[in-house]
Amino acid sequence: MSHAVAEETSTVYAVVAEFDTPEKLMSAAESARKAGFKKMDAYSPFPIHGLSEAIGFKDVKVPFLCFAGGLTGALFGYTLQYYVHVFDYPMNVGGKPLVSLPSMIPVTYEATILFAGLTAFFSMIALNRLPQPYHSIFNTPGFERATQDRFFLAIESADAHFDAEKVKRFLQDHEPIRVSEVEP
Amino acid sequence: MANKETLNNVLITGENSYASVEDSIGRLILKPQLHQRGWWIFFFIGLAGTGLLGVSITWLVYQGVGIWGNNQPVSWAFDIVNFVWWIGIGHAGTLISAILLLFKQQWRNSINRFAEAMTIFAVMCAGLYPLLHTGRPWVAIFWLFPYPNIMGMWPQFRSALEWDVFAVSTYFTISLVFWFMGLIPDFATMRDRSRNTFGKIAFAILSLGWRGSNQHWHRYEQANMLLAGLSTPLVLSVHTIVSYDFAISTVIGWNVTVFPPYFVAGAVFAGFAMVMNFLIPVRAYYGLKDLVTIRHIDWMCKILLATGMIVFYGYILEVFYGFYSGNVFETALTKDWRFNGPYSGYYWALILCNGIIPQIFWIPKMRQNLLVVWLVSFVVGIGMWLERFVIIPISLTNNYLPASNKMYYPTMWDFMMFGGTIGFFIFLMMLFLRFLPAINIFEMKDLLHKVINDESKVEPTVEAMNSKMNPTPSKEEVPA
Repeated sequence: MSHAVAEETSTVYAVVAEFDTPEKLMSAAESARKAGFKKMDAYSPFPIHGLSEAIGFKDVKVPFLCFAGGLTGALFGYTLQYYVHVFDYPMNVGGKPLVSLPSMIPVTYEATILFAGLTAFFSMIALNRLPQPYHSIFNTPGFERATQDRFFLAIESADAHFDAEKVKRFLQDHEPIRVSEVEP
Repeated sequence: MANKETLNNVLITGENSYASVEDSIGRLILKPQLHQRGWWIFFFIGLAGTGLLGVSITWLVYQGVGIWGNNQPVSWAFDIVNFVWWIGIGHAGTLISAILLLFKQQWRNSINRFAEAMTIFAVMCAGLYPLLHTGRPWVAIFWLFPYPNIMGMWPQFRSALEWDVFAVSTYFTISLVFWFMGLIPDFATMRDRSRNTFGKIAFAILSLGWRGSNQHWHRYEQANMLLAGLSTPLVLSVHTIVSYDFAISTVIGWNVTVFPPYFVAGAVFAGFAMVMNFLIPVRAYYGLKDLVTIRHIDWMCKILLATGMIVFYGYILEVFYGFYSGNVFETALTKDWRFNGPYSGYYWALILCNGIIPQIFWIPKMRQNLLVVWLVSFVVGIGMWLERFVIIPISLTNNYLPASNKMYYPTMWDFMMFGGTIGFFIFLMMLFLRFLPAINIFEMKDLLHKVINDESKVEPTVEAMNSKMNPTPSKEEVPA
């Protein structure tokens, strides 16, 4: 991004409204989506069910990645044992077959869970872009209460319909405690 | 101390707002003056125990496993008894955090963090025993973990002991990840509330820059449900595999098909007892009675009763197998080494502790009497230790070749190491209470939100309607 462009577009990161109940946040988010805003996000101290639908945020990457991780784990667990017992270290114990499936289940099973669980965690972290020590939203006045007892809705300047004054007026209609412009 | 509290009908009692819920949990970290003499006493007991553990491990590594009372044929004794006991205690944490989450049991919210911490610390204590039982853990790595080594050797994957390595290490890893993930939003809360620089920096680093955005929560909830779904079969498999260490062998008294379900139930039984042993004093000492209510205790007692009866059924079946199998060695074990003989006292104490005493929880009044609940939980903890003692060394003393029957006597070092792990556990729990949010803050706020909107009324039971109900919390919103 060139310097000149940055000056032009980044004087405001977002217009942020602060609410005192999750219900007010929810209705504001709902009408913002209906008004055609796309680039927005809500901030709350606890997960609010239905908020993703209200904002229009859909994402199913984590479950699919987790499934792929589990599959990889199962394959890894099984092939590891197969490789060890058939190719690299074949050991004849009482004439039993080298591949005895029932005895290979526990390790395959545990490897599946280990890989799937770690994938679920790390894909959640990575897709949320964590760890991220700095983010523009932290410039919002009173934002430390977003993890305590206040609920925030940010309509970002990256949105195609963004006009700071109009957005402010729009958010004022939803009984916010305050509405502020936030610098990047 | 009031031992009796009336049964409540909501999961958060008293007048609470988001801020007050957060404050009653967060102040344990932010206000050191809350941790008074009681905390310091247990902290030093824990510290002393940790020292004892250090001494006994050092001497063990220097001298070898000969300092323990293990002999032939009793090659598994205190080390494996304690391993199974500790790992069982851990299981309650996963049950509360995973299985109850899948069943949408909202009452778990106020105890899950605590129980998960217990899981992790208990698995740490458990893991020490089999590792040290190998004698020289640093050279045991190549047959414990599969990695390409210069000797060209691999572990034996057909052995139940190798399954154990995979089960326990997976269990520890997944529990730790699950626990840490739940802590991230709470770390963010503590970051924003903390007033001193050190706390702010430490919590900021731990929170990974969490900002409570809807996208964060969306993916967090997905990952949380997935981890719960994965932990549920995991926790069942871990104790099943631990029981395979015994059940797939041909040792008298071990080769029983009822072992896996009965071990899993026993684990939950011991774990819930340990949760109550810690939680009852903690909620009284730190004034968390609004969040961990008598209703929670009542339900935990019911789980204790249910799992206790499964365990008791297991004991009865063992006796049945002993006689019905027609195997003279099995019959002799049951008759001469359990019902009678030098160890019979332990066997009957086990039946008393795990089979008879918990039946007191059929009486509703007893489930609400905190002193009774605490004492019964303590007895159950002892009973579950005795169960493993009865299964492991007692079965081994009685061999197929009567000439090699041999009594087992633990040494001082066996007891010191056991005491040491208990101390280490207490030590870690005290640090946990001091430095980490002991109750899940954001889930309690979510629960309070539902209580305010009247969604999470406890189903009215006959018993609840008969008893005095607490007034419902005020519908007032957060104070400005």
